[in-house]
Amino acid sequence: MAKVTIDGIEIEVPNSYSVLQAAEAAGREIPRFCYHERLSVAGNCRMCLVEIEKMPKPVASCGQPVGDGMVIYTDNEKIRAARRNVMELLLINHPLDCPICDQGGECDLQDEAVGYGRGHSRYEEHKRAVSDKYLGPLVKTVMTRCIHCTRCVRFLAEVAGVPELGGVSRGETMEITNYVERALSSELSGNIVDICPVGALTSKPYAFVARTWELSKTDSIDVLDAVGANIRVDTKGGTVLRILPRRHDGVNEDWLADKGRHAPVDGIKYRRLDRPWLRVNGALREAGWDEAFAAIADRMRGMAGSRIGAIAGDLCDVESMFALKRLMNALGSDHLDCRQDGAALDASRRDYYLFNTTIAGIDEIDALLVIGADIRREAPVLNARIRRRWMDLPSFEAGLIGAPVDLTYPTTWLGDGPAALMALLNGAHDFAKVLEGAKYPALIVGQSALARADGAAVLAACWQVARQFNMIRPDWHGFNVLHRAAARVGGLDIGFVPQSGGLDARAMLAGGVDMLWLLGADEIDAKAIPAQCFVVYQGHHGDAGAARADVILPGASYLEKPGLYVNTEGRVQAAAQACFPPGDAREDWTILRAFSDHLGHRLGFDDLAGLRAHLSESYPVFSDIGGCRRLASLDVTGPAGDPASMSGEAFARPMPVYYQTDPISRASPTMARCVAEIAAPMPAAAE
Amino acid sequence: MSADAKHVDQPTEFMFDAVSEAAIPAIIATYPPGRQASAAMPLLDLAQRQMARLTGHAWVPRVAMDVIAARLGVAPIRIYEVATFYTMFHLAPVARHHLQVCTTTPCWLRGSDAVHQACKAAAQANPDLFSVEEMECLGACVNAPVLMINDDLYEDLDGARTEALLEAVKQGEAPPAGSRIGRRGSAPEGGPTSLFMLDAADGATS
Repeated sequence: MAKVTIDGIEIEVPNSYSVLQAAEAAGREIPRFCYHERLSVAGNCRMCLVEIEKMPKPVASCGQPVGDGMVIYTDNEKIRAARRNVMELLLINHPLDCPICDQGGECDLQDEAVGYGRGHSRYEEHKRAVSDKYLGPLVKTVMTRCIHCTRCVRFLAEVAGVPELGGVSRGETMEITNYVERALSSELSGNIVDICPVGALTSKPYAFVARTWELSKTDSIDVLDAVGANIRVDTKGGTVLRILPRRHDGVNEDWLADKGRHAPVDGIKYRRLDRPWLRVNGALREAGWDEAFAAIADRMRGMAGSRIGAIAGDLCDVESMFALKRLMNALGSDHLDCRQDGAALDASRRDYYLFNTTIAGIDEIDALLVIGADIRREAPVLNARIRRRWMDLPSFEAGLIGAPVDLTYPTTWLGDGPAALMALLNGAHDFAKVLEGAKYPALIVGQSALARADGAAVLAACWQVARQFNMIRPDWHGFNVLHRAAARVGGLDIGFVPQSGGLDARAMLAGGVDMLWLLGADEIDAKAIPAQCFVVYQGHHGDAGAARADVILPGASYLEKPGLYVNTEGRVQAAAQACFPPGDAREDWTILRAFSDHLGHRLGFDDLAGLRAHLSESYPVFSDIGGCRRLASLDVTGPAGDPASMSGEAFARPMPVYYQTDPISRASPTMARCVAEIAAPMPAAAE
Repeated sequence: MSADAKHVDQPTEFMFDAVSEAAIPAIIATYPPGRQASAAMPLLDLAQRQMARLTGHAWVPRVAMDVIAARLGVAPIRIYEVATFYTMFHLAPVARHHLQVCTTTPCWLRGSDAVHQACKAAAQANPDLFSVEEMECLGACVNAPVLMINDDLYEDLDGARTEALLEAVKQGEAPPAGSRIGRRGSAPEGGPTSLFMLDAADGATS
């Protein structure tokens, strides 16, 4: 620890701190453009100058380590003058186009200019102009505004692991560019817009849409992957205009994946179900709510509960699944499933289906085995954390079983299927030694390894690997299931799985039931449902499920209703309502509540608080919203399944196209552009 | 520099030929293991020389940079950054004889304008043979003004000498590099003014 005095405040900070960090710890704010706490230090903007006693000149505080006994002044006349000079130099080539700049109102340069800018420019020579660069459908560039802080360059190289931007040429002609004018291939590229301190990089879909001070801000949770990134939804006049990440150190830090950022903004405007529909003589026609309920109730009359089933999709909130489960139970149905992809997830114990190490716990892993998961596309923000672990720990090693994918850090490829798992269990593969030698080994098993006929066996084999390599201990749980769907863990937590002897999704779709209630379930083979099966689709987009439905009940998307979501690590998070569902669409749990009334099986709650009270009473995990308990276990009994019965078939390639995976992103024109311009060259798409 | 490269007809393929390939292992071995990325500059130079050898134009096409990036295991942008930073890597084709005229203060005071003029005239008359580029200090100020033709530095020039030199080059001759007025190294004009006895001692020939 070093004792330093900052503006008269004595404070003790770790030796690893820079002067800038120490000043922040002392509550002194230092202006900066190039420094970003999650990136390496570049020290090229010079805005963070401070005076340190016994040093002859002002010092850039971001790159200056603290020393014991340092006396630092962050705000005296000398420093203010120095910063004013830096500011004047930065503004020499910066255009005065704030009125037409999308960054206006949230621009670091603008803000600092208030404190350190001159009223006018003394510079009379020509300003430099830089041609704009093409960086794909998500990032718009106005490069003349660039102040060469290199945050975007460092972000892509360090966090995203896709070093595609750089500074070419030098001096007056230096430009930030990818040189080849191709779309950025990172799933995290939207973040460079956030970290750009000026208006050089702005969001292309959001270009000239609104000014920041006109927006209403709502805290919500991203549901387009299962990481549960915290987001802020910006709306104006009831329309969602953009989505930004909200800091949560345990989940997404400051980042957000491109799909969660861009897909919902236009995705929730198109292909919406805004009124109930009824299939009459093979064709859908518009209907009223009562009519739709009556049609379902008619069909249900005299039908045994055992002939009714329900499947929940990927984007459902816990409340709607809970209401649907209550309704099905009241009707006497045991056929429930929230695993529409057929993944053999075992809901009997929570650590069988969670990311037990937790996302924050990734910072402790020293050897990792990835099984049938393309983490980079299935959970880009989580993958960035693994990548950081790899950068921080030189001895970190990762092994990969399944389709060979580029995870942005080196991996040892062990094989493409269960055979590699067996080789590991027998100790036949060298990677076994890496896992044996590791102190905090972990494995991550993805959905493509589990969503197959022998999924239960694969899950059991993965657990066995975890046990054999000492990943499950009282102080450490290294068995991790990586989910893709935001609704999955919540569904498993409330037991939205076949009850005693009930049918699973596959069996229901294959004709095991006469009436099927699809709650936002679209990633199913709707054509496989037999014609005589009566399908009720409750959801928000006209996608695969709605196309097959006999009755469509229009629900709300995640931005249009308050809801609880459980992320892959088991963290229960609450999303607030940012806008209203279109037309006659309603919040999903209210639809189920109203229908239960219609049937005479009224559910025992009248408002959301009542529902949540029931929910946390039945499932205590929901009483701790925002919390995440790290599980470690003495009981190492594995999930049901016999590793020996694994087939030899290779694991399918997980998520070949990142940008369109759910009804919202499939409806989004922005995502369609991404597929055309970014995902297309990916060899996987051709397979 | 970088802006030019966009408007250039870029070849779609580049491969190091046998001559270059023979040199590569030794270059990479110069750097410690894991630091092969440091070989970026020698390999860029190698590629430029290969282009000069095979096509008569010394330049580095973008695809060559991609090949180098793949060879060294770095992202292509890192090679672009290096290649665009250094003026002596040409990102667009130059003529067979690339004339680099120093126009920094010492050369300029000693008449580099005339040299530059002569070079420009030659390039205009024979664009296939000569291309001109103004350079910052070429590091031979004592023998100013100087002109660099491909790898060779010609010193103590004026307009007429430059014209004569370029004419000789045009005729296919290879004039010896160095001073054009017979000065030895950077010794005083008209012979030594001190240390006379050393002349014999070091056995110099000029």
